[in-house]
Amino acid sequence: MAYALQQLINGLTLGMIYGLIAIGYTMVYGIIGMINFAHGDVFMIGAFVGIIVLTALTGLTSVPLGLLVAFIASAIICGVYGFSIERVAYRPLRGSFRLAPLISAIGMSIVLENYVQVSQGALERAIPSLIPGGVTLMNQGGFVVQLSWMQLAIVIVTIAVLAGFTYLVTKTPLGRAMRAVEQDAKMAALLGIDTDRTISLTFIIGSALAAFAGVMFLLYYGVIDFYIGFNAGIKAFTAAVLGGIGSLPGAVLGGLLIGLIEAFWSGYATVAYKDAAVYSILAIVLMFMPSGLLGRHEVEKV
Amino acid sequence: MNVLTVTNLTMRFGGLTAVNNVSFTAARGHITAIIGPNGAGKTTLFNCITGFYKPSAGSIAVSPEPGKAVQLEKLPGHAIARKGRVARTFQNIRLFGGMTALENLMVAQHNRLQAATGFGVLGVLGIGGYRAAERRGIELARHWLEQTGLVERADDPAGALPYGAQRRLEIARAMCTEPALLCLDEPAAGLNPRESAGLNALLRKIREGGCSLLLIEHDMGVVMNLSDHIIVLDHGKKIADGTPAEIRADPVVIGAYLGEGEEDDPDAPVAEHAA
Repeated sequence: MAYALQQLINGLTLGMIYGLIAIGYTMVYGIIGMINFAHGDVFMIGAFVGIIVLTALTGLTSVPLGLLVAFIASAIICGVYGFSIERVAYRPLRGSFRLAPLISAIGMSIVLENYVQVSQGALERAIPSLIPGGVTLMNQGGFVVQLSWMQLAIVIVTIAVLAGFTYLVTKTPLGRAMRAVEQDAKMAALLGIDTDRTISLTFIIGSALAAFAGVMFLLYYGVIDFYIGFNAGIKAFTAAVLGGIGSLPGAVLGGLLIGLIEAFWSGYATVAYKDAAVYSILAIVLMFMPSGLLGRHEVEKV
Repeated sequence: MNVLTVTNLTMRFGGLTAVNNVSFTAARGHITAIIGPNGAGKTTLFNCITGFYKPSAGSIAVSPEPGKAVQLEKLPGHAIARKGRVARTFQNIRLFGGMTALENLMVAQHNRLQAATGFGVLGVLGIGGYRAAERRGIELARHWLEQTGLVERADDPAGALPYGAQRRLEIARAMCTEPALLCLDEPAAGLNPRESAGLNALLRKIREGGCSLLLIEHDMGVVMNLSDHIIVLDHGKKIADGTPAEIRADPVVIGAYLGEGEEDDPDAPVAEHAA
């Protein structure tokens, strides 16, 4: 029981990070119908901006202020990356055949990984734990269930970011424009919506969310390298597909489920096969629900 | 000054000339109808006027207010609603089915609302003139929901509304862009006689509100009864232009159109399939 509770806490924390990245995949898929494979690398760049800022600020400011600066700097820089990636690699290919932007995305992903490898080095980089300690929730026969302050911080930040994001999408003109472009870009343009700008903003927002996830990943694990974007990106993509790609609540749900599956599989079976467990569940879900847990069924327009 | 002046407009798809050197004007405050047999090029002409296609040759001048003219064929797609103040509806309805009726009308006011949000930032924080602008937007949306009899369905997904209601909602959405010229592509298609009569009343009300209308219609009852001015197309060319009474008496029109049967002309070129 205590062990399960601990795995639940670990899984939810990890799942929140996956969910934040998955939103970026699902938003871009919804609005231009392509998988942005460079998104995981934007997440990685977010983590690197975080480590650079936090290392530079060590000793200069208090920890909360340093974290705030790291989050904001990371979100802004990743927003610029997202914007530029769309302009350079995807927009010129819009209207081309469907595979073209996909290949371009994979190329962009390789470019970003190698660029960070060259500029930041191939070795792992680490920071000390910035928010040490935690609270003991339960002590059962010597097994201590701990909720670390770090985990609590990650959960709170994620929920706050998701709340702001949900408000943006459901209540503001920008969110309405995004949903309109997603459903019928040409019609949205006829109503006066600048679709190019809306798509750019979608990339910027998705990248900023990935930046938040990147900094939190850094804080949680304390160790990053130029290759973290690949694994986290694939997991988040899986989360988006599991939840139903194109569906924002689906992305978060998928992220949480994958975090939980990983945590429980690692805890009760073998760590080595945790990825196999995730993808097996994905395969099983897609067999029975081809459009994911919360996905809409595609209706072909005639 | 006319609200719309089309000069020597030509639209080709490969070797097919769907619209051939057509010129006409639509007077401000009038309801102008474009009629013609299937494949006459009506929808293609319409798509050029509303910026859906870039014409092969010719010019389209819109005058959103007296003393001001905009060359429509030179504007990028999203600027047509704002600068040209032209709005349109579709023969096959194109609502945002996953959004509510009210949201559909709010999307149509995007430019005004987005400007009031300080491009998103103030909107997220909910400060500045945004709340007032949003309230005005909802007022305008409510006005058109009332005019189209859809107030009770405001929060239903647009895709779940019955067909006639979707048609009316599309007109309401177009009106929420506050157009100077509203273009309607077969607004009466698929409506029963009662709905059709309601549509006539709605369109007259829109004209009284100061908006000019341009419509394509197959239903001759609607056209003759509603229009101030009629343009007849056949095989991509304009063959007549006049008041309903003149058109009804025009031997060329009767020969080309009314006499041959309006619905199934086997010789008509299939120019509209590209639309």
